[in-house]
Amino acid sequence: MVKFNRFTLNNGLRVLVHEDNTTPMAVVNILYDVGARDEDESQTGFAHLFEHLMFGGSVNIPTYDEPLQRVGGENNAFTSNDITNYYVTLPAVNLETAFWLESDRMLSLAFSEKSLEVQRNVVMEEFKQRYLNQPYGDVWLRLRPMVYKQHPYRWATIGKELSHIENAHIDDVKAFFKKHYNPQNAIMVVGGDVKAEDIKVLAEKWFGPIPAGEKYVRNLPQEPEQHEERHESVTAKVPLNDVYIAFQAPGRMEDGYYAVDLMGDVLSRGNSSRLYRSLVKDQQLFSEIHAYMTGSFDTGMFVVEGKPLETVSIEQAEAAIWQQLELLKQADVPADELTKVKNKTESTLMFSEMSLLDKAMNLAYYELLGDAELLNSEADNYLKITAAQIREQANRIFRKDNSSTLIYLAEQNAAEEIETE
Amino acid sequence: MLDRTLAPNFGAIEHIKLVEPEHIKLPNGCSLYYFNSGEQDLVRIEWVFGNLRFNPDKPLLNSAVVTMLTEGTGSLSASQIADKVDFYGAFLQAEYGFDHSVVTLYSLSKHLENTLPVIKDIITDSVFPESELQTYVRNQQQKLQVSLQKNDVLARRAFNKAMNGDSLYGLAADATDFQQLQRADMLAHFKQMYQPSNCTIFLAGKIDEEILKLITDTFGKNWQNGPETADTTQPALKQADEHFYYIEKPDAIQSAIRIGTRIINRSHPDFPALQVLNTILGGYFGSRLMANIREDKGYTYGIGSGVSSLKHGGALFIATEVGADVCRDAVSEIEKEINRLKTELVPQDELELVRNYMLGSLLGSLENVFSHADKFKNVYFSELDYTYYDRYTSIIKAVTAQDLMDLANKYLDFDKMYKVIVGKY
Repeated sequence: MVKFNRFTLNNGLRVLVHEDNTTPMAVVNILYDVGARDEDESQTGFAHLFEHLMFGGSVNIPTYDEPLQRVGGENNAFTSNDITNYYVTLPAVNLETAFWLESDRMLSLAFSEKSLEVQRNVVMEEFKQRYLNQPYGDVWLRLRPMVYKQHPYRWATIGKELSHIENAHIDDVKAFFKKHYNPQNAIMVVGGDVKAEDIKVLAEKWFGPIPAGEKYVRNLPQEPEQHEERHESVTAKVPLNDVYIAFQAPGRMEDGYYAVDLMGDVLSRGNSSRLYRSLVKDQQLFSEIHAYMTGSFDTGMFVVEGKPLETVSIEQAEAAIWQQLELLKQADVPADELTKVKNKTESTLMFSEMSLLDKAMNLAYYELLGDAELLNSEADNYLKITAAQIREQANRIFRKDNSSTLIYLAEQNAAEEIETE
Repeated sequence: MLDRTLAPNFGAIEHIKLVEPEHIKLPNGCSLYYFNSGEQDLVRIEWVFGNLRFNPDKPLLNSAVVTMLTEGTGSLSASQIADKVDFYGAFLQAEYGFDHSVVTLYSLSKHLENTLPVIKDIITDSVFPESELQTYVRNQQQKLQVSLQKNDVLARRAFNKAMNGDSLYGLAADATDFQQLQRADMLAHFKQMYQPSNCTIFLAGKIDEEILKLITDTFGKNWQNGPETADTTQPALKQADEHFYYIEKPDAIQSAIRIGTRIINRSHPDFPALQVLNTILGGYFGSRLMANIREDKGYTYGIGSGVSSLKHGGALFIATEVGADVCRDAVSEIEKEINRLKTELVPQDELELVRNYMLGSLLGSLENVFSHADKFKNVYFSELDYTYYDRYTSIIKAVTAQDLMDLANKYLDFDKMYKVIVGKY
């Protein structure tokens, strides 16, 4: 149970406070309701590039990191297809520094050309490091456009291609800020060794004067239901073949989400899960195999990914995966197995309460979903799922004409030599 | 009117209080340290075993044995072990580290009576079934093939090998090493290593008498030491003569760089000040390496330096992946930054910032009762006590720019550092 207070400033900023006096630290988490799905098709990767620019100095404060480190604080941020989330942890005695820094960059950035130029390079190196210079690193660049034909989820948060980042212009940065970075589009959670009444005073002082800005009204093309089987193979410099099968799945707040999430656990959580036990251990067809759902706000992806052994053909590997999926369509998950995945979910939720930062991030995330209180009813949402509901979802999702299969075929490489200079 | 150009006042970071453990010596010689704190009815328990002496002919025994503890015992199959752990919502990890092998259980307290017997079984009666061993070997070999495609992995392997030679720290296993694993060797290794006198238990969470009794009964009784004491001594670490390694990847769009040197570990009095020096160089987001090579030049997504403290020595290293076309420039900037520490006093302003950053970081690293246990393990395995943290905080507060320059001259010599480049150079 994560308790909190909640209030909204006149400019629309939603503020939640979670008092936790077991720690001398405080956390300030600010979630902006903008992600890669809000980007223009010709300027992908922008939400994430923008996240980098948020550290390049704001209108009244030349650098963000330095003053925070000076008071013993640390910070970071991440961008997803749905949200951009910034967080600060610092000794609670120095909490006001976080308010000063965060409110100034919500008010306005410095929009420095130098910062844009450097961060363009940094993000291009990130693109190379994580997506291009790794075996299988480009999987999401390939798989997303197979699953999504209309929805902006068809590109990854890093962007479709390097050139979109290379071409980002300072005017685009300013326009993006104006459109998305204002109090109405943000949720702030303050947690730790703090008092709700003090936070109210600080929030009014630092965030109260920020103009409300314009409300961004999201109007994205939704992904039509898939009714065709999609299949692609790519020969790449990878050491092993790899099979990805992705299905359109319920969005985060849609019916069926919890049942599908548990179904993912039945297939792939822990060493007792079905895919591991059947396909890695008993039938010895794969060296590793996983299944998971993306948990996106709009139509999500349920992905099964496995690396078959070298002696196993791609056809055999695909057939073995489908056999496991068919089992879920044909028979109810036995009671013990269902209890098992529910127990695991219950204990995961409890362990996540051990971390102040996790609690603060979760409160912001659930508040964006509609109500932070949802965090506390999450366990019940899973516990009430029945075997029949899981079977129903399996039948809905695991259809050939709802599948997108991406195969990596290993190109033979020459052995590597170590040279000494 | 609010003046946003003025930073709010800030306070000194004081009151860093560590939760000290209670200690119980079990009748069989196993030591139990427990940390009682927290609101949630859950615990983390770690069983830490010292690794046995490195055998160059059978280099993978330590890591293979711990990884396969979950693959079958005299009374439970691998799938029965997995079923029990997962059914009670617990998390079980059996992980290899350079000095120790560790079995970790995360469990809700209400399920401990069901989860503890599984742990008892795997650390006292593992049998390493032949069929599971074959699966393990095959899957590890496949995973290795993927790892060996990653430039940063290749750089780390070459670096560790050069710095530590044939030893647990220097091991860069290849496919044939896995092929050599024999069940009989694993059983013998297991018997010698997994005994009470070579085990320390760390228990953290909301602990009551009942939980304590359950644990002391389960692991203090019916588990005796064998005839042979665990040999946890290690051969001396041999460093390579060659200091530069270049693994060329003609198609690389980035190059991995790893540069560093063997250095003192935590038990040496210079260690806390060395950590200050490392933080300035590359130990936080605002560090000199980040400021220069990422934030000024844009050569990389990230660059950092770190100090590792292991039982038989420490290391200081710098690691990054940079655009292939700027690799030489990046290396020369790294050299410049190291030399600057030796020739220029750290400005007072920067030093004050780093002091506060490190104290805040220490405070923030004590997030919950698990982190208090982690802090204790750091000093315990370095054969230090909690006065280390008092000394650490007072050195962070007092170390001078001159001290740091002296330290840089004493320990850092770019020309004598090991350097590995994977990609293009």
